[in-house]
Amino acid sequence: MRRVVITGYGVLSPIGHDADQCAASLRAMRGGIHPMPEWDHIADLQTRIGGKVTGIDLVAHFPRRRRRTQGTVGLYAMYATDQAIAQAGLTEATLQSGRTGVAYGSTTGSSHELEAFCGPLFVNKTMRGLDSSSYLKFMTHTCAANLAATYGIRGRVLPVISACTSGSQSIGAAFEAIQFGKQDVMLAGGAEEMHYATAVTFDLLMATSIRYNAEPSRSPRPFDARRDGLVIGEGAGTVVLEAYEHAKARGATILGEIVSYGTNCDGLHITAPSEAGMRGAMELALEAGKVRPSDVDYVNMHGTGTEIGDICESNATASLFQRPVPASTQKSYTGHTLGACGAMELVFSMVMMRDGFLAANRNLDEIDPRCGKLGYVRETTPAKPRLVMTNNFAFGGVNTSILLRKIED
Amino acid sequence: MAQIPIPPREEVLRRIVEILSDSFEIDASKIKPESTLYEELDLDSIDAIDIFTQLREVTGRRPDPAEARNVRTVSELVDFVFAEIAKTNAGVPEGPMGPPPGGGSNIVS
Repeated sequence: MRRVVITGYGVLSPIGHDADQCAASLRAMRGGIHPMPEWDHIADLQTRIGGKVTGIDLVAHFPRRRRRTQGTVGLYAMYATDQAIAQAGLTEATLQSGRTGVAYGSTTGSSHELEAFCGPLFVNKTMRGLDSSSYLKFMTHTCAANLAATYGIRGRVLPVISACTSGSQSIGAAFEAIQFGKQDVMLAGGAEEMHYATAVTFDLLMATSIRYNAEPSRSPRPFDARRDGLVIGEGAGTVVLEAYEHAKARGATILGEIVSYGTNCDGLHITAPSEAGMRGAMELALEAGKVRPSDVDYVNMHGTGTEIGDICESNATASLFQRPVPASTQKSYTGHTLGACGAMELVFSMVMMRDGFLAANRNLDEIDPRCGKLGYVRETTPAKPRLVMTNNFAFGGVNTSILLRKIED
Repeated sequence: MAQIPIPPREEVLRRIVEILSDSFEIDASKIKPESTLYEELDLDSIDAIDIFTQLREVTGRRPDPAEARNVRTVSELVDFVFAEIAKTNAGVPEGPMGPPPGGGSNIVS
């Protein structure tokens, strides 16, 4: 099987519009959670804060030609992917060779476009005012399909839609496509567009943070005794994955390596997490990478900030590592970016390896005693992580674990 | 069946310019009768569907996609609107007339 390396990455998040801005926010422990007055008109909604992408106008940034069939989620994906392609230095010839593919996910297509289409149609039963391009913006594979059309991709297009593991499973699918020689290069990642329907969904499940509406920066609080749920976020993360030999042959700068990817399913409950399932995915990654738990320098946790999720994940991690392995989650900065988080957090891991630090858990004032014993990073810590595990979990009992290695080229 | 009054040509052109600038972000001052839709105005086949959909308010009918595809310029689009109004007034049935090569639109998989 072939080695798979990372030659480019890009990110758009509530804490920065590129990797450098995000690195600065992480180092300064600066979060991106704000009030959501856009949701004021939604009756009964209890969570009123969110991790919104701010300070950027993508409609002005992209010419209409590139926006034609894209909703916000697609624009986020394209913005992050432009960065990743530029960093990797991929030429049009490589992108369009047929040996380059796309694996990209989001929880759903553009919710705002879905609302614009289904509002008139479902409520008023009329086609009047509907656009023929709406579906192309809200279809579930809108990100992967539009990225492929944008860059002229002629290889495989894999939309992985699995809620909060859409990003990590896309990267995993891309990794395997290269590993098994089906493609030489893959654009991979995940994106998410914030919409009140998502907030409502998690509110109904009583999984949202509702006690910090007046003090948004104090939530979410993963692993903290006073946590009260997740905060919805948005954004996108993209990586360019490439066969090691292919990257070397074209003289690309190798930024890191995907060592291995583990994914499995709990096979138990549609929403409740399973410690055994989570640990199982981590073990799959370790086994495939021929890596011992003691080799891992840092665990980038899913860390949603829900009671059951935090307790389950931290205990699964602690039982596997059997030591206070340094661990943190960037959801305490961005909120839960759902379809984007797996890719975004992998990019954050790359940034930490590049810049030599571990990002702290924000809002972790008092560790919930029911959480597993881990080396929870409490403040920005200088470190040289060389092997990082990044984990994500989703509804459906889906678990993913990716091992990343720093490469000094 | 109610007849659609024939509008002045300037009014049809004005409506088309309005659609192009409102829905497709095209600077109205750049839209000339001889402007080509796909090259000069940078429209796509999907955009064209939305233009024809909006023009149904004026023409009173769903166009034949094969005929709509032949429209290349703003001026031809104005002509097309008048031809469609005439068909509506003559009671010609809506939609594709001949046996369609691929059936309906050519852009849908």
